[in-house]
Amino acid sequence: MTAPRTLYDKIWDEHVVHQAEDGTCLLYIDRHLVHEVTSPQAFEGLRMTGRPVRAPEKTIAVPDHNVPTTPGRENPDQMPEESRIQVAALDKNARDFGIHYYPVTDIRQGIVHIVGPEQGWTLPGMTVVCGDSHTATHGAFGALAHGIGTSEVEHVLATQTLIQQKSKNLKVEITGSLRPGVTAKDITLSVIGATGTAGGTGYVIEYCGQAIRELSMEGRMTVCNMAIEGGARAGLIAPDEKTFAYVMGRPHAPKGAAWEAALAYWKTLYTDEGAHFDKVITLKGEDIAPVVTWGTSPEDVLPITGSVPAASDFAGGKVGAAQRSLDYMGLTPGMKLTDIKIDTVFIGSCTNGRIEDLRAAAAILKGKKIAPGMRAMVVPGSGLVRAQAEEEGLAQIFLDAGMEWRLAGCSMCLAMNPDQLAPGERCAATSNRNFEGRQGRGGRTHLMSPAMAAAAALTGYLTDVREMMAETV
Amino acid sequence: MDKFTTLTGIAAPMALVNIDTDMIIPKQFLKTIKRSGLGKNLFDEMRYNQDGSEKPDFVLNQPAYRQSEIIVAGDNFGCGSSREHAPWALLDFGIRCVISTSFADIFYSNCFKNGILPIVMPQDVVDVLMEDARKGANARMTVDLENQTVTTSDGQSFGFELDPFRKHCLMNGLDDIGLTMEKAASIDSYEARVSGQRPWI
Repeated sequence: MTAPRTLYDKIWDEHVVHQAEDGTCLLYIDRHLVHEVTSPQAFEGLRMTGRPVRAPEKTIAVPDHNVPTTPGRENPDQMPEESRIQVAALDKNARDFGIHYYPVTDIRQGIVHIVGPEQGWTLPGMTVVCGDSHTATHGAFGALAHGIGTSEVEHVLATQTLIQQKSKNLKVEITGSLRPGVTAKDITLSVIGATGTAGGTGYVIEYCGQAIRELSMEGRMTVCNMAIEGGARAGLIAPDEKTFAYVMGRPHAPKGAAWEAALAYWKTLYTDEGAHFDKVITLKGEDIAPVVTWGTSPEDVLPITGSVPAASDFAGGKVGAAQRSLDYMGLTPGMKLTDIKIDTVFIGSCTNGRIEDLRAAAAILKGKKIAPGMRAMVVPGSGLVRAQAEEEGLAQIFLDAGMEWRLAGCSMCLAMNPDQLAPGERCAATSNRNFEGRQGRGGRTHLMSPAMAAAAALTGYLTDVREMMAETV
Repeated sequence: MDKFTTLTGIAAPMALVNIDTDMIIPKQFLKTIKRSGLGKNLFDEMRYNQDGSEKPDFVLNQPAYRQSEIIVAGDNFGCGSSREHAPWALLDFGIRCVISTSFADIFYSNCFKNGILPIVMPQDVVDVLMEDARKGANARMTVDLENQTVTTSDGQSFGFELDPFRKHCLMNGLDDIGLTMEKAASIDSYEARVSGQRPWI
């Protein structure tokens, strides 16, 4: 009888191709997702050494980081020259190396971490990598998924494997149920607030507990997406009936007898009773409030009912960092978070650009107008999410409220395309990073859930969405 | 990849915690399809004003530190985005070694692919090295990979831990892909086995 294993242990064990005496493993990669920004140098490396892509049928590419989100973007002249070159390079590399590809003209194009699950490329028990740190998203399916650098992208293209050392196991349990107005985004930000951005370094997280079980697949993706912001390369959630229901019938999910065989295997993907975790963190679902970030690190999390802290509230190296954040963000210690005035709202990204996120925002915005002078954009995570939102009438709610309704892409999450903040511009964002300059040089980012961002769009200030929900009842 | 054996050079003190890869190389410089040429934009928004002029108080702009080859940094260096442009920019500037109490996982791996040595030291040692780095250009620090030591300008020596495989690759400038290609038979047999067990992959 084998010793009890965690979900991570099981997936890891299934993918070890070779183990060296010092424990270094060669790990097989089932799915390799590729985008235009971190891949050109990797394909160039293959060309220089004359190496083919070992498993083109397991490699999926989509341009997302650079692409404009405004109409007419199929005309490459809409892009600045450098972006155009990068997207053209991906077009060519996909063609030359024979990998699956969704160009901007394809309705299935979108953010790579939304396209993968949507098309059924991401399945339970797989190893999934991408040259992007938010690859952790796919862990929501019980897949071991993490970001890699460009040298590793080249390594996977050439060998379909990665050289890896096994991480430690971290269990993050969210007990009980969430209260109204509290979402998956609030869970994942609250965990980072509790552990710090380095709390997960060296670990793979398994999220579990009743509140996680009660989340939809979209919500679980939001939670796993930000595992990297807590320092963990990957976050996992054991697959269950919700997972199987989401996957069934997707274009690249198994069908017929293969589906039955897959399902039988997927049902073995859970942490055994008594398996060892190196660290355990437990939060009560009932204690989690709608949260926002005040600073320039995702760990700078506070309930919306709180006030801006002072640098002296912290210890060690964080004192200087907190002061730097306060200066950058233009905030005064002691001011109430709900007194912070917002210029711009961004709803989208691989964290919160799925249909459920748009529904949550639309529910708050329905029949209302955004604050005068407010700039607000909604950027769906894929062309298919966009089409569904139009069909459900969500797009019209956003437009009627005075918001921009864009085409799919990473957009203002990292501002590589024209969607950027101006210096000093303050944004309520549903994305994942509030780093200095992330959304544009000098731009100020507050992270929050889609419902909270929608509430801020209406009032023009950071707002407790629960008050707004009471209003509409 | 250049080999890394020993390095004696100027160390720049950067005590800020959570220096993320967006700070190391902002996104507007990721639009390149090359690995080279990023050094001039290393720490761009910390280093330059909006008009392109240098910020004189930023450490790498100070005369003593313009030739730095080592950075002594605050906790959790390299967090955030997986962009390998971060180590490419460091290397292109001339940085071959970063010392901190902790590194983000992806950045840490990316360093080894580019001949950069990231060294993890406990807080009390980083404090000593930070003080030494603050002495400026005349205080050169020595990093000895073979013996796994860092020695301050006044001769205090500290050992560090490192994975033996990564050390071997760094000391010999080895290409990972070439090493893995030697195990092609193992990959073939893995694929053959799994295609029977999990054909939907």
